[in-house]
Amino acid sequence: MVEHRRFGNFLPHLVLLIGVAIVAFPVYMAVIASTHDNAVIANGQMPLTPGTLGFENYWHTLTAGTGRTTRAPVGGMMLNSFVMAVGIALGKIAISIISAYAIVFFSFPFRMTAFWIIFVTLMLPVEVRIYPTYKIASDLHLLDSYAGLTLPLIASATATLLFRQFFMTVPKELVEASKIDGAGPLRFFKDTLLPLSLTNIAALFVILFIYGWNQYLWPLLITTRDDMQTIVIGIKKIIDVHDALTEWNVAMATAVLAMLPPVLVVITMQRLFVKGLIETEK
Amino acid sequence: MASVVLNEVRKTYAGGFEAVKGVSFTVSDGGLCVLVGPSGCGKSTLLRMVAGLETVSSGDIRIGERRVNDLEPMARDIAMVFQNYALYPHMSVFDNMAYGLRNRGTPKPEIEKRVKEAARILELDALLERKPRQLSGGQRQRVAMGRAIVRKPAAFLFDEPLSNLDAKLRVQMRIEIRKLQRELKTTSIYVTHDQLEAMTLADRLVVMNGGHMEQVGTALDVFQNPASVFVAGFIGSPPMNFLAGEVDTQGRLRLPDGAFLAFDPKRGEAQVGRKVLAGLRPENVALRNGVEDGAAPRFRLELVEELGMGRLVHGKVGERPFTVAQGASDPPPSGYSLSIGIEPALVHLFDAASGLSLTSAAPRR
Repeated sequence: MVEHRRFGNFLPHLVLLIGVAIVAFPVYMAVIASTHDNAVIANGQMPLTPGTLGFENYWHTLTAGTGRTTRAPVGGMMLNSFVMAVGIALGKIAISIISAYAIVFFSFPFRMTAFWIIFVTLMLPVEVRIYPTYKIASDLHLLDSYAGLTLPLIASATATLLFRQFFMTVPKELVEASKIDGAGPLRFFKDTLLPLSLTNIAALFVILFIYGWNQYLWPLLITTRDDMQTIVIGIKKIIDVHDALTEWNVAMATAVLAMLPPVLVVITMQRLFVKGLIETEK
Repeated sequence: MASVVLNEVRKTYAGGFEAVKGVSFTVSDGGLCVLVGPSGCGKSTLLRMVAGLETVSSGDIRIGERRVNDLEPMARDIAMVFQNYALYPHMSVFDNMAYGLRNRGTPKPEIEKRVKEAARILELDALLERKPRQLSGGQRQRVAMGRAIVRKPAAFLFDEPLSNLDAKLRVQMRIEIRKLQRELKTTSIYVTHDQLEAMTLADRLVVMNGGHMEQVGTALDVFQNPASVFVAGFIGSPPMNFLAGEVDTQGRLRLPDGAFLAFDPKRGEAQVGRKVLAGLRPENVALRNGVEDGAAPRFRLELVEELGMGRLVHGKVGERPFTVAQGASDPPPSGYSLSIGIEPALVHLFDAASGLSLTSAAPRR
């Protein structure tokens, strides 16, 4: 029961505000730091109000980078990260929706075997199979390429499982009605199953985009060229300098820039997500 | 337009379970045949075999001149109405009805014309742009019907189409389906477990039980001359009462408690000493106050249900539950010592062992 007492309203809000402050303060600090000259931050007098160099810092970060450790502009890194994240998200969705379709709606020999083999890959994330995966990628000449960044991360069971669970809730009469209406398997997939899955696809895209965007270990191994670096690696490299002053303003601008795409994806997809939740009815 | 002919159709599942055990019947061109039976009797399986959604283990199914056993559902020229409607949730009412036509490459103006026409017949004109979720149950049902009729198929198949509607709407839609079917004159097979629905809709009634046919005939014929105890108990509401007894030397039925029940000896073979079940329709039985005639079966009153247009009197005759349906003008039962009486010609007799009718002239098919 929710009670409406003045004090009862005040206390939860206080707790929530404290929580928000704890989470938001570091982000605020990053934004502030990205608008000052590096010298101001480096001498230990971290200001709490925005500086005047915001535009210059971001422009410099996007177009030139640090010039020392990363030797590449952050704009290029963002493009790399974006291509990788979108590639992984779309690739995973495409592969898993097709395999889930086969597993749920068709009966063929070794159907359950196929399902279990897909399922078992859940226990083998990239970190576990890193050496063989690297060996294969390198033998296929995929090092320092977008294909190398995305392909090995596309094969996974999570999305297949999710689609399988969803497909199993689709009433079988819908399949039968389609058959009687003269829709073959491909047409049923395109005309009925895909539109019904739209919400699931949107939700998965959000999750997988962030998963792809945040990848660290695999891009670190597979990319050696400066122009193929992703932004997550870039942040680490910008901070990690020897015998020199870390360019904190650039590092913070990079961090803020790295946060933006996932935030944008969540905000834009959330609408579709909620809309779909309300509208979809099987 | 075509007739549908089933000949010794069987369905055996991989596990060896025989769901349909050799069923043969014919639905004449433009007729409405109702398959009725309790759940698990194989009626839906049979319908799905006609639709092509289940394979046929043996036997022939013909729609018109063609043997359709090995044809895909879309090639069979049938349309089906499902229990849960199975409308495409993401498509508008118009698209739901047009989908089957589009897949068959019907020209656009023709699709437009047919859907509009169906919408007019079903009074869906104003709803064509809506999505199924914005419709009421009855409207969805109509869209499902519309999807079937725009195709102008050789046969309609209905799989318990009214089960998801509330009681009042069900009666209304039942009448509409009947009217529509008469108007379109499309051969139809209709599956239901509701005997009342079956009685009111059927040109021809197929009563099924445990995978085989119990009886085929017109609704009235099946009601008046049930071929077996199962049919007698299944068709009619409230269901028929049964009393066990033995035929005595005077051609009467002797009940275990010593009472006698007269039956029409001309109505069938009933040799002396044969163990039989007597079937008495609740509406044919008269209740008499008091036990003036010692030979009449005694009725122990348990409960009276007042229905307004009559009443149902529940009780027991011997150890068997027994219901009497009274009209509103009949005097309500008074006191607890009652007896029952019935016209001898209205007593049905069934063999106690086989359950087959001794009085019905209708051959069991």
